[in-house]
Amino acid sequence: MSNLKLLSIVKKYGRVIAVDNLNLEVKDGELVTLLGPSGCGKTTTLRIISGFLSPDRGDIYINDRKITDIPPEKRGIGLVFQNYALWPHMTVFQNLAFGLQMRKTPRDEIVERVKQGLKTVRLEEYEKRYPRELSGGQQQRVALARALVLEPDILLLDEPLSNLDALLREKMRFEIARIHRESGVTTIYVTHDQTEAMVISDRIVILNKGKVMQEGKPKEIYEKPANKFVASFMGNTSFIEGIVKEIDGNYTILETADGLTIHGIGNGIKRGDRAVIAVRPENVQFLPTSKNDSREGYFNIFSAKVERESYIGEVFDYQLKIKNWSIRAKSSVANEKPRGSEVKIYLDPDKMPILIE
Amino acid sequence: MRSILINRKRILILTLEILLLLFSLLLIFGPMTSLVLWSIADKWFWPNPVPQSIGLDYWKQALGIQKSLAIGAVSIVPAFFLSLMIAVITVVIAMAIAIPAGYALAKYKIPFGTFILFLFLMPNAFPQQPIFVNLLDTFTKIGLAGTVPGVIIVHILVGLVFGVWITSATFKSIPVQLEEAARSVGANSLKTFFRISLPLAAPGLLASSVFVFITSLDEFTGTFFIGLPFVITLPMTLYSSSGYNMQFASVIAIILLIPSILFMTLIQRVLKAEYVGGMG
Repeated sequence: MSNLKLLSIVKKYGRVIAVDNLNLEVKDGELVTLLGPSGCGKTTTLRIISGFLSPDRGDIYINDRKITDIPPEKRGIGLVFQNYALWPHMTVFQNLAFGLQMRKTPRDEIVERVKQGLKTVRLEEYEKRYPRELSGGQQQRVALARALVLEPDILLLDEPLSNLDALLREKMRFEIARIHRESGVTTIYVTHDQTEAMVISDRIVILNKGKVMQEGKPKEIYEKPANKFVASFMGNTSFIEGIVKEIDGNYTILETADGLTIHGIGNGIKRGDRAVIAVRPENVQFLPTSKNDSREGYFNIFSAKVERESYIGEVFDYQLKIKNWSIRAKSSVANEKPRGSEVKIYLDPDKMPILIE
Repeated sequence: MRSILINRKRILILTLEILLLLFSLLLIFGPMTSLVLWSIADKWFWPNPVPQSIGLDYWKQALGIQKSLAIGAVSIVPAFFLSLMIAVITVVIAMAIAIPAGYALAKYKIPFGTFILFLFLMPNAFPQQPIFVNLLDTFTKIGLAGTVPGVIIVHILVGLVFGVWITSATFKSIPVQLEEAARSVGANSLKTFFRISLPLAAPGLLASSVFVFITSLDEFTGTFFIGLPFVITLPMTLYSSSGYNMQFASVIAIILLIPSILFMTLIQRVLKAEYVGGMG
């Protein structure tokens, strides 16, 4: 039963603000991901929570107990590092037992709990091995077990999968999600990989330049990005820039300098604002190109030219040109649009967020 | 025709390779062969390529088994034990300084850290004679000249560069996450040092003690100025006999060589390349 609270955390390195007035609350049993590009402050935040950095301002609470000035070893926080950080001079058993020894746990209980811990990560057979005798994925599972065996209040994972190859990474995502579900430990997960964040998180916090850009459930963030940064970070988003011409009922209408008018969903945006419309490949629909299309003249139907086409297996990936704007799109393999061809596309206005730049 | 040509070429290359190998072996082992020959030569006069008569007289004399005034060699047993004692004490004190200093230099941002590392290099960077002449002056004033403690201090000064540099490189090569992981599972910084950092650094620390040990065992200049005429270490006996008594000098040289070879073999066993690679 543990929750974590960060209140107005500020951390500066010289003149660079790494974490800028960060507030965060993680509820008991929740898995929250800090997502952002490198240098966004996510690792700094993690180091502040774990106690290896002290914030310039602000406080940290676990279960309403202030831990800002408590040294790392007394915080009850489990840590998993990107490079696993297993102790190479100890066997898997000794790696897991070390923390229990520090707590002066009786010998038979240590044996029991280490066994249980290895079972959780499905590595029962490996307790006598040294870390160098394990694969990367196995090492990371040992690192996870080493943190979990102490039943920490909070578990922090710092890019735990980025040293693994793509296939293993995908498997481990589900593995981590499963372990989190089974152990129910309150978890903060740091990554720069949006797919990883979407798969495992209850909630995602998107950071940029030390500030929270948006937080919410993966679906919310993907479908309703709060600003251009979030939209560009989540998914393969193209942007069309313009000025808000008018707000008409549910729809906001954006007009570009080269004369396109596009309908979309604006959120707290006013007439005359400079804004962008975020177009995701899956929301670009190709229309049949027969000459007398009954939908001619309907809004959000545009002529486009296929600039680039690439076959990526399950779909075709395109770069289309509408007037001066490049957007990404995709089609089924059966429905190929060759390079240079003229196409008609429909941008579903309900799925086109209009955002302040 | 062509195959014969190729064969000839191959034979030529092979011959050259063998010659080169023999030449390098000669470069490496030549001087040592001569040392061994000299140490067992009872009589060896120019222009004979090998000694006229051989025997273990000088060895016996040096090891204190035999006493004969005729061949001018003295027992080196006291000097050997003195050298050994000085070396052991030097290692203990130098490492007691080097481990904390090396750890601090590796793990904390110390103002002028590089400069401090450079300071340890000083006694080895300058010509040693002027340094020790000046030191003799100081040591004479405070009564350390001609004493074993004085010589030990000089050896520590000279050896500390290996101690601190290798130690700090070793600690630097240990990823900080290994220590942070220990802290996160409840070990305080002292326990983290003794249970994680120190065992991981052990090979490097051993290597650095061996360097300090060998440096002390072979140290000449400082001992010459500070120690003589009262403190006579093994290199001192070697020096005093090298001018006139080649046999005796060779015996001492071989004895000085033994610990070096032993320890170098030991280092090679335990030392990983990255510790040396991480230096500087």
